[in-house]
Amino acid sequence: MEIIKSRKEYDAVIVGSGAGGGMSAKILAEQGLNVAIIEAGPYFDPALDEYRTQLRPSWESPRRGYGSTRAFGDYDAAYGGWEIDGEPYTQADGTNFGWFRSRMLGGRTNHWGRISLRFGPLDFKRKDWDGLGDNWPISYDDVKPYYDRVDKMIGVFGSKEGIFNEPDGFFLPPPKPRLHELYYIKGARKAGIPVIPSRLSILTKRLNNERGVCFYCNQCNRACQIYADFSSGTCLIFPAQKSTGRVDLYVNSMAKEVVTNGDGKATGVSYINKENGSEQEIKGKVIVLGASACSTARILLNSKSSQHPDGLGNSSGMIGRYLHDSTGTGAAALVPELMDRDRYNEDGVGGLHVYTPWWLNEAKLDFPRGYHLEIWGGMGMPSYGIGFDTTNLNSHFNETVGGYGDKLRKDVKRFFGSVMGIAMRGESVPQYNNYCELDPEVKDQWGIPVLRFNYQWTDYERLQAKHAHDTIESIFDAMGAIKLGNKPGADRDYGLMNPGVIIHEVGTTRMGDDPATSVTNKYNQLHDAKNVFVVDAGVFVSQADKNPTWTILALSMRASEYIVDQLKKQNI
Amino acid sequence: MDRRESIKTMLIGALGTGALLNRCAPSKAERTKLQNVYDFSSYGRTAEEKQRDVDLFAENFFTDHQFETVAVLCDLILPATDTAGSASDAHVPAFIDFMVKDAPSWQDDFQIGITWLDAYSKQKFGYDFVLLTHAQQMEIIEEIAYPDKATEVTQPGVDFYREIRNITLTGYYTTQMGWDDLGYVGNRPNVWDGVPEEVLKKHGLEYEPEWLAKCVDQSKRDVTAEWDEGGNLIS
Repeated sequence: MEIIKSRKEYDAVIVGSGAGGGMSAKILAEQGLNVAIIEAGPYFDPALDEYRTQLRPSWESPRRGYGSTRAFGDYDAAYGGWEIDGEPYTQADGTNFGWFRSRMLGGRTNHWGRISLRFGPLDFKRKDWDGLGDNWPISYDDVKPYYDRVDKMIGVFGSKEGIFNEPDGFFLPPPKPRLHELYYIKGARKAGIPVIPSRLSILTKRLNNERGVCFYCNQCNRACQIYADFSSGTCLIFPAQKSTGRVDLYVNSMAKEVVTNGDGKATGVSYINKENGSEQEIKGKVIVLGASACSTARILLNSKSSQHPDGLGNSSGMIGRYLHDSTGTGAAALVPELMDRDRYNEDGVGGLHVYTPWWLNEAKLDFPRGYHLEIWGGMGMPSYGIGFDTTNLNSHFNETVGGYGDKLRKDVKRFFGSVMGIAMRGESVPQYNNYCELDPEVKDQWGIPVLRFNYQWTDYERLQAKHAHDTIESIFDAMGAIKLGNKPGADRDYGLMNPGVIIHEVGTTRMGDDPATSVTNKYNQLHDAKNVFVVDAGVFVSQADKNPTWTILALSMRASEYIVDQLKKQNI
Repeated sequence: MDRRESIKTMLIGALGTGALLNRCAPSKAERTKLQNVYDFSSYGRTAEEKQRDVDLFAENFFTDHQFETVAVLCDLILPATDTAGSASDAHVPAFIDFMVKDAPSWQDDFQIGITWLDAYSKQKFGYDFVLLTHAQQMEIIEEIAYPDKATEVTQPGVDFYREIRNITLTGYYTTQMGWDDLGYVGNRPNVWDGVPEEVLKKHGLEYEPEWLAKCVDQSKRDVTAEWDEGGNLIS
């Protein structure tokens, strides 16, 4: 195929416009670098009506929000999903890994849950604590200054709690709990389980004049038209473009490989222009990969040359290894006190107002590492699915299930907002044998080899899920709530969801001091190519029970400043 | 004699074929396309999604007879009340007409369900379901609307009723009419400042002073955030 090369050489070419790529673009451009961002999907700006789904009532969608083209519903701000036409991935025998990809400017930051937790001191040194896996080559103290700056730059609400492994930050004030959350607080405390205000990157207070203040529509997953929540496009890339004029966007451009010269040094990135199918190349002094843990691994593995026969940065054979996702399971319950509720607008922010951080670091348990609990419920927007088997809830009161007319109307009204749920998200133990690799046969629609996943949970994760179900049950019992559904047993891995499904996949290009056992150094720089950096969650050594975004942002900021420093010193 | 009765009388005897019944059957709800009711020209779609909508709207899945059966059933499930319109007032049949194309997993339920319903109606009263009198239709609904009452014979009908009841409720309560009936008042810009006082009282709950002290003071939401070096908010 003829490769069209651009004449312009950028100081940095960034692959991916999500949290890692966006932060890098902002830091590098503000430091005077000319930057190109390559994004596989189209442009997206939720402030423009053509992209906006926020505040649209259910009936503006002919399917009332059903997810026939978007996995999390018609109004969710994620173009792509678990399966993308023409871009398959495969599974080794016995593996059932879910890989969620958003193809759009800002990537998955447009729809994510905005839960913004710092990793704590223990989270960087888990091997010291339980002897499993590996420590990070950096500590909380190394990252803390960057977390502080991310807090102030992007904004996160929360409360100062002084919990050792749940470090406080520079918080905006949290919103008051909703009614079901007050019931949760009461029940959890009765069950001996702590609850604190949640920590979400949503502006409950003015942060600057470029972004609005939350108007409490509960729809952060639709992307905010006034930029009151964090997404990479609205909070990093657009501001960087505006203030520096040094960020060029290449959208609908699917990165294929990092191009290297005879010395094995990276000189640019080749990509498919999806609008015409041509292969093009863009030159850069520094290459920054923020395509997401698995996509970055794929790009590196596909970047084969005589200097890098197993893929760029893969002399250790570690690319793709130690792939791990958060654990996840959960349960729902009917709260009798919430039946026949008074109606009022309780939308609140797009997510939980309270949560339970992990509280048993010191306890002796039959599994390592911990989890946190997320709360959902409330009188949410009636959309596709409302009324489905609502009448069955009558069975808990020995009342008639089924019917028509006024009886059905009464059922729907009576139970509206009376069901709530608790979701567990926990830390798994990274395994060498859980990995993604290039499928030797399958290629995508442009002829690029695709990823094949190999992933099995261990008893560490299964027993953690079991513990979580016991915890959730104790809270529901303390609340006097009626648990819905059967408690999953060993035959169902205690409800543990398939790997990948929590969409916190990390670890495929992990950082470390030893080039034989890691892919990047502690500054996210490839051991094997000094001018290539990874700024997504691929560099995570372990994932904590926290959501990865805030750590991606902090590490990308740190790595990007290191890039500027190293360029000044002419080391790269 | 109501209209259905008169048609039935007319058709007694040799004319009782499916095709003729379809053509002559009274139409309770016109087969109004959903896009004639709502504006779907812009709801944040990608180019591919827009094209998919266009393609779906151009197709039909239900036959006229099936559509009419759905329309009749919807209004038996949710007839109008003193304060709220019926399912067809909320264009639920048109919504279902679209959903069976958008989510094909519904198709078998409706194909099999309507076939069963007509067979059962014929066996019981001699005609397809839509041609029965209201009283006859309700007699059948009574048999299939309650899972506890299912018999070996009616089980397929009970299964079908559950499906059409579910999607009828969804189709209804996702319209403005449904939101009004439900009393849903969200999806509008506002400033959340906690559960209303009278609601807290009713539930015997209150906000703890320590918790409230951490929460946002909405009178200062527009004041730009500033912190001291220790991370304490000072604005």
